[in-house]
Amino acid sequence: MKRDLLAKVIAARAARLPVAVITDLATGEERMVARSDAAADPLSAILDKAFRFDKSGVENTDSGEVFVTVHNPPLRLVVTGAVLIAQALIPMARAAGYDIWVVDPRGAFATGARFPDIALHAEWPDEIIPQIGLDQRTAFIALTHDPKIDDPALEMALRSAVFYIGALGSKKTHAARLERLKAKGFTDSALSRIHGPIGLNIGAVGANEIAISIMAEMTKALRLG
Amino acid sequence: MADVLEIAAAWLAEGRQVAVATVIETWGSAPQPVGSQLVVDGNGNFEGAVSGGCVEGDVITAAQDTIASGGHKVLSYGVADETAWKVGLACGGKIRILVEAVR
Repeated sequence: MKRDLLAKVIAARAARLPVAVITDLATGEERMVARSDAAADPLSAILDKAFRFDKSGVENTDSGEVFVTVHNPPLRLVVTGAVLIAQALIPMARAAGYDIWVVDPRGAFATGARFPDIALHAEWPDEIIPQIGLDQRTAFIALTHDPKIDDPALEMALRSAVFYIGALGSKKTHAARLERLKAKGFTDSALSRIHGPIGLNIGAVGANEIAISIMAEMTKALRLG
Repeated sequence: MADVLEIAAAWLAEGRQVAVATVIETWGSAPQPVGSQLVVDGNGNFEGAVSGGCVEGDVITAAQDTIASGGHKVLSYGVADETAWKVGLACGGKIRILVEAVR
């Protein structure tokens, strides 16, 4: 691998630009292809599949065996609610490779002491979420229980391509939430993207176990769709 | 833990010689998925993983060879024969690893 190729890959990832590196296994020669240029590439069919399923692998081509490495942008987790479940979830999500953003306009919750080393935003979701930019490598979770905070963020998540949307709350709370969002014009099929009550049903008790159930549900959405 | 490629870039910036190993294919039970990487310097220091620790020693030696030659190698490991137990995968899987010098 050439140094300048390594630098280009690292720069692309920092800019959240999906790229692939194609290595000829016989010669060791390598080249980088941006996802935006993949359609025009001789290996377009292979590249399209690799980007969509985030799957690196060996492929046989007319010119021999190649290894295609997909560098999709890092996973991100955006959470509204600087609450106890968020405190439990963040270390796990970080270990699984997510960059974390916590949004909570309530200053008493969103403190650096409670969330060390985290991008913490004591602002309203409609101020900060458009700046974060929700994309297909992002998961969104609403944890405040407060419709004034969660609903506007959920609306933005529903209008985006995020791969996971979860909302904390009982069945009753969730039904009321869906009615409010329906009144805003969202269809049932759009609203079915929201996982609520949040998390896989593993009988979780307490913030730590709920965080595990959320992490499992997010992982399932990422890996199995 | 920091990303392996970023570690590789940081080590290069420090003037160290660097090779990167990448899992390119797996069959059966393999501890690290395709795309997993290991970075090695000229003195055998490494970060990352390409297996559960079973083949790292051999990969590091191969990585140092590629640092010396400036080239690349494709390695295969499995439990197909007796000797594989010395440098192999006790889990029963098979893996292929691309090792390349960064220059």
